[in-house]
Amino acid sequence: MTSSIDVTLGEVAASLVLVALAVVLSFWRRADLEKDIGIAVVRSVIQLTAIGYVIQAIFDEDSLALVFVLIAVMVVFGAVQARQRAKRVPHSFVPLLISLAVAGGATLGLVVALGIFEPEPQFLVPVGGMVVGNSMTSAAVALNRLGDEMSDRAREIEATLALGATSTQAALPTLRRSLRSGTIALVDSTKTTGLIFFPGTMVGMLLAGADPTDAVRLQLILLYVLLGAVAIAALLATTLAYRNFFTPAHQLREPPAP
Amino acid sequence: MLFDLEDVDYSRAGARVLHGLNAGLREGATCVAGPSGSGKSTLLRLLNRLADPDSGRVLYRGGDVRDRDPLELRREVCLVPQLPALLEGTVRDNIEFAAHCGHEDADADRLLELAGLDGSFADRDAAKLSVGEQQRAMLARALAVQPQVLLLDEPTSALDESARDAIEATLTDLRRRLDISLVLVTHDLAQARRMADWVVRIDGGRATSQGPVEQELTAR
Repeated sequence: MTSSIDVTLGEVAASLVLVALAVVLSFWRRADLEKDIGIAVVRSVIQLTAIGYVIQAIFDEDSLALVFVLIAVMVVFGAVQARQRAKRVPHSFVPLLISLAVAGGATLGLVVALGIFEPEPQFLVPVGGMVVGNSMTSAAVALNRLGDEMSDRAREIEATLALGATSTQAALPTLRRSLRSGTIALVDSTKTTGLIFFPGTMVGMLLAGADPTDAVRLQLILLYVLLGAVAIAALLATTLAYRNFFTPAHQLREPPAP
Repeated sequence: MLFDLEDVDYSRAGARVLHGLNAGLREGATCVAGPSGSGKSTLLRLLNRLADPDSGRVLYRGGDVRDRDPLELRREVCLVPQLPALLEGTVRDNIEFAAHCGHEDADADRLLELAGLDGSFADRDAAKLSVGEQQRAMLARALAVQPQVLLLDEPTSALDESARDAIEATLTDLRRRLDISLVLVTHDLAQARRMADWVVRIDGGRATSQGPVEQELTAR
């Protein structure tokens, strides 16, 4: 491969050698990951190829309405996917849907309003995809932790309610830890960016022959946008979802085992 | 009566815990006594609306608890659970949190003294106390909301004999100094005999008998 961004299918196929290595290692260590790796590879080929054509069509049409539809579909799928990680949280779909929609809408709206990106599909589609994807991971991790904590710490939470604390007061320590869980991965990776890993956008631009300074600046913008988005997503998801653990009379719906 | 329970049914995860329970709990010190799994702790949780019965009524000083704001009720009728469950932080953090819930000012030293701990415990990490010390810190925390009634769920079940005696002495002292009523759940009839004026005995989710302690326990 040269510095151009012409990528052949043969080159893509060649990269599967590393996947094969992972499968062999999994088989050798009996990690039972072979099937999951296989599914991940097949899904990535199908989904990315399909979205490649969709993005091409949106670029050809140059329609902001289609960008909106694409991001809305991503938000819905993101909420469905994140719900799988938040099984212990009752009725988690609506909080996830709202948190992803607000995180996506607010961050994209802000970057356009601040003049960082032009309101054009060429910018909004890739940035929207990153924002929704990272927000989904953040909200899913935060709600996963929330579900575990609300169950594991039910005694402590009920003991706090027993003092006359509101459900919000009783859940606050749990909410803080869940919010932290949802955002800490991106915060940590932002801290180490450039030192022990190069983020994807920068790598992609460098591979495509862009000026390193431009690549770095664009990457910084994206990192900051993502930091904002994941914080909004995790905060909103936990803030909306924790109420589902309590009745309006500030009682735990699933009280601790006696 | 402090509390009246009328035809109370309560189920949990499809299993009936209380059925058709009728009981009266008096001002002063009442013990709810019964074997493990008889529904004692559940009964206690209904008294300050940590749970509501499926049917029947719970009356507090003549009024249905459901007509009360649950937060105000819990500040007036405060429950101390069986196992210590303090928040992360120091004992003082816990006491101040409770005082904040009850819109009161916290005098941690006085509250700790009432609960039988000296003031040096205020700045200790709550997680590093012994079970007996945590139980007392829970008591001090509950007192920070200035309750009129304390609901105590097996407060000495995790303690050895000397720690148990000390907690019992503290509770007796509290009654005298603060003029509050106690509802004490226990499986230990000897403890009921030592601590209570009035005893309600329950078994299998029903009240089997109730009356003054000397009638209910001493005569048997």
